[in-house]
Amino acid sequence: MQTEMSLTPPPPPNDDKRWKLVQARMRRLGFQASALIETLHSVQEAFGYLEKGSLQYVASALRVPLSRVYGVATFYHFFTLGPKGKHVCVVCMGTACYIRGAKNLITDIEQTAKTTQGETSADGKISLLTARCLGSCGLAPNAVFDGEVVGRLTPSQVHKRVEEWLQS
Amino acid sequence: MVAIMSAEDLEEIARRELQIKQSVKHEINVCIAAGCLSAHSDALKDAFTKEVKKRGLEHECKVRGVGCLGLCAKAPLISTDNGNRLYHGVSPEDVGEIIDSLNSKPVERLQIPLNIPFFSRQTKIVLANSGRIDPERIEDYIAAGGYAALIKALTEMSPTEVISQVTRSGLRGRGGAGYPAGLKWSTVSKAVGTRKFLVCNADEGDPGAFMDRTILASDPHKVLEGMIIAAYAVGASDGFIYVRAEYPLAVTRLKAAIRQAERLGLLGKNIFGTQFSFSIELRLGAGAFVCGEETALIASIEGRRGTPRPRPPYPAESGLWNSPTLINNVETFAHVPRIILEGGDWFARLGTEKSKGTKMFALAGRVNNTGLIEVPMGMSLREIIFNIGGIPEGHRFKAVQTGGPSGGCIPEQNLDIPVDYESLTKLGSIMGSGGMVVMDETSCMVDVAKYFMEFCKSESCGKCVPCRVGTSQMHDILTRITTGAASMEDLTTLEELCDLVRNTSLCGLGQTAPNPILSTLRYFRDEYIAHIERKTCPAGVCKMEQSEKANT
Repeated sequence: MQTEMSLTPPPPPNDDKRWKLVQARMRRLGFQASALIETLHSVQEAFGYLEKGSLQYVASALRVPLSRVYGVATFYHFFTLGPKGKHVCVVCMGTACYIRGAKNLITDIEQTAKTTQGETSADGKISLLTARCLGSCGLAPNAVFDGEVVGRLTPSQVHKRVEEWLQS
Repeated sequence: MVAIMSAEDLEEIARRELQIKQSVKHEINVCIAAGCLSAHSDALKDAFTKEVKKRGLEHECKVRGVGCLGLCAKAPLISTDNGNRLYHGVSPEDVGEIIDSLNSKPVERLQIPLNIPFFSRQTKIVLANSGRIDPERIEDYIAAGGYAALIKALTEMSPTEVISQVTRSGLRGRGGAGYPAGLKWSTVSKAVGTRKFLVCNADEGDPGAFMDRTILASDPHKVLEGMIIAAYAVGASDGFIYVRAEYPLAVTRLKAAIRQAERLGLLGKNIFGTQFSFSIELRLGAGAFVCGEETALIASIEGRRGTPRPRPPYPAESGLWNSPTLINNVETFAHVPRIILEGGDWFARLGTEKSKGTKMFALAGRVNNTGLIEVPMGMSLREIIFNIGGIPEGHRFKAVQTGGPSGGCIPEQNLDIPVDYESLTKLGSIMGSGGMVVMDETSCMVDVAKYFMEFCKSESCGKCVPCRVGTSQMHDILTRITTGAASMEDLTTLEELCDLVRNTSLCGLGQTAPNPILSTLRYFRDEYIAHIERKTCPAGVCKMEQSEKANT
């Protein structure tokens, strides 16, 4: 917020058009070091995850050490350093969901999709993630299937969804 | 649209809105807050819009999206007849029948009576507009009396007078700690600094809490108005809202609200033609619970890892970029406009001696009426859980968890205490931000303690040793207890660790992390003993694999 910096960023790692979005976000925030988290958000929005090359680029554009970029990217749970599966299921593990059986949902998905919590299945089809709390506690247990939040889930509903993904 | 310069300009907008409102005969309000959206209320809203169009009723019947109607358990919810008819579990097939009924009797099979305790026992200040206005339109907010408090503060009151009203109101921080808002504002206003910042903490991290997200998605302008008034009072020029990235709906609505307020000159330079200028930017959190702690939050806004630092200096004196910074929670700011309009004394009449006003709670878990409520401070837990919430038939209440991972579990014999900051602390829990998760006989209290310790262990930022190592050790012991591998000696160690971590951790996360264990030990010690000595889980939740191994 205090220091003046030149407003021309270094060229992006490749000519992917999505870098324009990232650059726009950095420019709006004046290429300051404090824009780091916002910039990582826009990289992840654009590319789905934070690749090593992306981290290096962000470090040079904002003039912060790569170690700090890596530190921030790994500190925050929201950032992910690897690609996700074709389908993503996020099971809410908030208190309300937990006491209404979220653990059973996870066990079921793990068995059906042959993956474990936090991982992507070997065929790259399904990622199983957990959320701290989606804030839809009134409809617990909840999960997000490819961006769609669904509440009042039963193991059989979850099973059906995952089976559909596997067959697709 | 031109900038608003006076109270007359606001009234003009409100008058125009009222005219439009009166020109339609019926309004169909569809809840488009997060709970109902996950029950597909967006598709329901489309279905209503289509059917109204098909019947050529656009001129007399308006379909609107509104904020949270409260009773999430019965989602999706809609209301008609000025909010006097509330329908639950509405599906697109019911649309025709509801439109048919607008001029006649209500559709009884879908109707929820409004005189049930869930509604009649509430007092709404923060939620007054929720479910009544379209959160995506500033005009709706203005028509409901919005921004009148801002104009009053800026044109009729000095910053000192604003602070004195907030002090008189007795408003305390709604984020958890309950620090008097007036005192904090006064410290920031007196702090020396050429530039001052204001931060709205919308990093609602407690699992089981959804108050802030609902306010932001249902009535975002109320929070903005509270922030602008606070900025005027303390002399801040730049504001930030630190909001969870996991709440995309709140983020979208906030962004839109900020743009609308800027367009009308309610944010920006020389607001209402006065010398006062203020801007607000959003900063997205990235999923770190510790960032709810104010010094960690500051580090995060500055683009760094969210690790706390020792206080003092407090942010009120040295916060963002070492400048004086006022940090309050969403719900705290949302109380401000009404306090300014009605006066501090009006607010102070509600609540108890030391806890004034109303408090929102996210009621979840094993109750019939899960959802969002706002009640006067001092109401008993029993009233909230048994009367407003309601325990499902065939189940027995066991404990209520308040305050998230920093709070504790309160058993039935203590339910008659009034809900206020001090009483909850005395019971070994805390008020916290307002999450209230009800548990019945199907929950094992040791397992619940383990659940929260797993949370704290994973969310510990790692900066100080007691929290980083202590939470991990406590989690190990709880894992041993819940698998039948623990001895009574482990229990002693666990209690010692609780004491150590509580007294030596750097920030609130570590200092309060033992609360779930301490409170369950206090009220449900027999469950711990059953796990350790008899190798059984009374609730039948823990698998106790280790003891089985030992037996074979």
